[in-house]
Amino acid sequence: MGIRFVLMVNKQGQTRLAQYYEWLTLEERRALEGEIVRKCLARAEQQCSFVEHRNYKIVYRRYASLFFLVGVDNDENELAILEFIHLLVETMDRHFGNVCELDIMFHLEKAHFMLEEMVMNGCIVETSKSSILTPVQLMDKTS
Amino acid sequence: MGSHGGFYQSKEFLDLVKSIGECRSKAEEDRIVLNEIETLKRRISEPDIPKRKMKEYIIRLVYVEMLGHDASFGYIHAVKMTHDDNLLVKRTGYLAVTLFLNEDHDLIILIVNTIQKDLKSDNYLVVCAALNAVCRLINEETIPAVLPQVVELLGHSKEAVRKKAVMALHRFYQRSPSSVSHLVSNFRKKLCDNDPGVMGATLCPLFDLITIDVNSYKDLVSSFVSILKQVTERRLPKTYDYHQMPAPFIQVKLLKILALLGSGDKHASESMYTVVGDLFRKCDSSSNIGNAVLYECICCVSCIYPNPKLLEAATDVISRFLKSDSHNLKYMGIDALGRLIKTNPEIAEQHQLAVIDCLEDSDDTLKRKTFELLYKMTKSSNVEVIVDRMIDYMISINDNHFKTEIASRCVELAEQFAPSNQWFIQTMNKVFEHAGDRVNIKVAHNLMRLIAEGFGEDDDTADSQLRSSAVESYLHILSEPKLPSVFLQVICWVLGEYGTADGKFSASYITGKLCDIAEAYSNDETMKAYAVTALMKVYAFEMVAGRRVDMLPECQSLIEELLVSHSTDLQQRAYELQAVIGLDAHAVECIMPSDASCEDIEVDKGLSFLNTYVQESLAKGAQPYIPESERSGMLNVSSSQNQYHHEASTHGLRFEAYELPKPVVQSRIPPTALASSSELVPVPEPLYSRESQQVASVTSVSDAGSSELKLRLDGVQKKWGRPTYPSPITTTTSNTTTQNTTNGVTQVDNLKTRDTYDSRKTPVEVCSEKQKLAASLFGGTSKTEKRPSSGGHRISKTAYASKSSDDISSVKAALVQPPPVQPPPDLLDLGESTATSSAPPVVDPFKQLEGLLDSAQDNSAVNYGATAAAKGPDIMSLYAETAAGMETSGIAYSTPTNRDDLLSGLSNPSTRSVPGGTTVTQPVQFSKGPNPKDSLEKDAMVRQMGVNPSSQNPNLFKDLLG
Repeated sequence: MGIRFVLMVNKQGQTRLAQYYEWLTLEERRALEGEIVRKCLARAEQQCSFVEHRNYKIVYRRYASLFFLVGVDNDENELAILEFIHLLVETMDRHFGNVCELDIMFHLEKAHFMLEEMVMNGCIVETSKSSILTPVQLMDKTS
Repeated sequence: MGSHGGFYQSKEFLDLVKSIGECRSKAEEDRIVLNEIETLKRRISEPDIPKRKMKEYIIRLVYVEMLGHDASFGYIHAVKMTHDDNLLVKRTGYLAVTLFLNEDHDLIILIVNTIQKDLKSDNYLVVCAALNAVCRLINEETIPAVLPQVVELLGHSKEAVRKKAVMALHRFYQRSPSSVSHLVSNFRKKLCDNDPGVMGATLCPLFDLITIDVNSYKDLVSSFVSILKQVTERRLPKTYDYHQMPAPFIQVKLLKILALLGSGDKHASESMYTVVGDLFRKCDSSSNIGNAVLYECICCVSCIYPNPKLLEAATDVISRFLKSDSHNLKYMGIDALGRLIKTNPEIAEQHQLAVIDCLEDSDDTLKRKTFELLYKMTKSSNVEVIVDRMIDYMISINDNHFKTEIASRCVELAEQFAPSNQWFIQTMNKVFEHAGDRVNIKVAHNLMRLIAEGFGEDDDTADSQLRSSAVESYLHILSEPKLPSVFLQVICWVLGEYGTADGKFSASYITGKLCDIAEAYSNDETMKAYAVTALMKVYAFEMVAGRRVDMLPECQSLIEELLVSHSTDLQQRAYELQAVIGLDAHAVECIMPSDASCEDIEVDKGLSFLNTYVQESLAKGAQPYIPESERSGMLNVSSSQNQYHHEASTHGLRFEAYELPKPVVQSRIPPTALASSSELVPVPEPLYSRESQQVASVTSVSDAGSSELKLRLDGVQKKWGRPTYPSPITTTTSNTTTQNTTNGVTQVDNLKTRDTYDSRKTPVEVCSEKQKLAASLFGGTSKTEKRPSSGGHRISKTAYASKSSDDISSVKAALVQPPPVQPPPDLLDLGESTATSSAPPVVDPFKQLEGLLDSAQDNSAVNYGATAAAKGPDIMSLYAETAAGMETSGIAYSTPTNRDDLLSGLSNPSTRSVPGGTTVTQPVQFSKGPNPKDSLEKDAMVRQMGVNPSSQNPNLFKDLLG
């Protein structure tokens, strides 16, 4: 199990999407999100995109106003996770066209569906954009 | 793609999202969400809600939970929604359920039935939705309910279904390996699936399986190698390409698996060399993803059986990482260095200055990673510098989690490599003082034992010096206001045992201090117990020495208080103290011999001192003693085990409990145990024989050499430490540079590297300081390298005694000595010119993009009247940096005119009128990325929907990618 959670948080520290691959209670999530968001937002642009927090390593990346934070195990390849975030953004960009924070807010379930296609059991299972998007788009058409 | 038409949501939903988006504070957000909860509670249970509406409600529930509030009132509606016929509604229902419930929630049982039904659906998308849910919701108990169907789906005609079925099985394996143990072979089969997606997914469960049991999967080595080969040869569909790299995420996973399989297996490793070597050549080192794969290659190379060529390639990549300007790459470089150092210890020396730069960086992540590296490369020659640094860092941070980690590392290193006992005690003092409550109690016991045992049996003066210095330092430390109790226990014990030993301090002074401790920490009973026992020892030693015991009044009152203590332990100690004081000196000497804490207490099991008494009794006609084993005939309740066995076999029934299985005792020696040192620590060979052996392994030479010089000292400390890694005897990999080149040549090398760094870091003084640090850390420069290898003979011939002192203070020497090679000024200039031309910094395109983005953003902030003046210089410098980077890297991301654009944009507000459309040309990769027209359209549409970009959150509308 490599990926423990995927978070999208905006510059003000508000959660825009949260997916956990291990069970945490509501209170635990709240505390964890608060702590790591504070840590990551405080970091300067040129510093590492990686932060250690408790037993997690957090890989984060900023796109405009939105931060993507991925919590991983200690032996994960941080650079690959950093690129995984970019792949996720590119995938959403292909679907929404110039994806922005509002797209994710208005289509929260779609963003989740894409993530569901890409990550299962905390593992990256699919990295082909067309394979990720086909089911999502088929679903759009049929309903 | 169709998403713009997706604004079918109700006004209510849009308003909710809008208001959440515009919140300025957590309190405001909470208010909105609480309000929303009230609305939903009312609405969601109304009858006959249309599907669409219900789906929207559920999404709103997801928002409620995402923002940290309880939405359990609506869980049941999400569960109900999974029954729906409409695919989108159903999948949203499943999604909500997986977000809301953990696998042991009561409501899950209501879904299992639906999942079973959906797994049989004709619509493969329904099956996929159900399999997603299976991965999240099925627990150990419910696995059997869906297992047969999942297995059947492994052969489904749709690749998406097969992939998810594999992952479902993987999930079952994670949850309960035994439930699917008979199905594990399916993973092997699916590795050969026609679809690359299924194959890629199968790597996840296989990785887990191989981690647990490598040997059962050795036969797959050739398959993995050939898959990796095909991937690198671009045999996979184009859609798996990412930034011109063929399926990089699959490559990473494969390399991880190969690392596992090749670890310690020469044969398997050999079959991997070619493909990994190809990867080193093929990877695009200018992109992040290329570097990610390269990093994974290094990890793999460091795990498998070493190959000189690959190690060289790995070293090259590492030096490129470390020289990069990107912190991310530096971080990866440091990490990779830590991995490779196991097989190739001298590579760290090539990068000493880069490592020190990282150590002194303000970036905490990088710093911590560097400490991890230092921890791995600690040896007796550099332990003092490293541990000092670690302690300084430990003091500077607040995070308790890391404080504990670093404290335990300091202790571990100090125990293992301490150059002198004095240093060890001082280091321990520091660790205890600043992180005392976070270290293991065993550490305290080790410290006491070290003080008690000292150097060894024959050097009594050194021992007593050590003890006096410990006592002195503790008496000094006691003036601190608050000390951790573990540390105080050590202090009490040492003061009791050795406080008066050298006659420097009077008994009344020591006892006074002990009473102070007991008083100051009066609610800590363990503390008091230590203090009272220490008091007893001090008094006993006084009596033995023939001095009169004058009990201080505060001691008297302390003891009186303890005599009536609630704690029986304290009571007993107090009574014992009283009793001991009442005895005569001879008796006291027998009870409390001075400095006898390490002496073995002999127990006379045969009770031989009673022999005369027994003889007398026998002579008087007493019954002789019959040993238990000979008493089998008697009916005795407390008969021995033999009898039980005997009786059991005759009667056939046993009523007593079965014996507990005996734990295996010997195999596990705790690292701190006082075990025979020769077994735990490889005893270094004498230097003389080593020299004649042609220095086979450069790796351990410096280590072995210095530890040899330190004589018995090391042996003593190493009793408590574990050896880190078995000293790597890698004759094949021994680096040729250090071995073959003369000192002169290596010096030149050092010079070169230093020059490049010098030019990078302009102040020369700082640099020479760094060099000193580097020298002390790495023992790195030619000076120190020389000692163990070529200088060994000479030193050994000359003064033996001077050698040890020389080595113990090697660090000091290194600091005092002028740095071995000071670059002359003209060389510096030369270095400067070469640095700019020869070492192009690897530019991370995204980093740059982000940088540009950010400046664009700041611009917009300027637009809204934010701190323009304050931000200005930052942006300029930021831009200047990126521009410079681009120029040297030779990637034409931007032209000089762009710089002008951006700069003028900064000064001229009119160019900022287009939000989201930055004026910078984009890298080719994002050709589909930002499009000002598009953004404007979207912007307009959103405005139509009633969501106005307010001044509060201007960035809401900025496209993520551009």
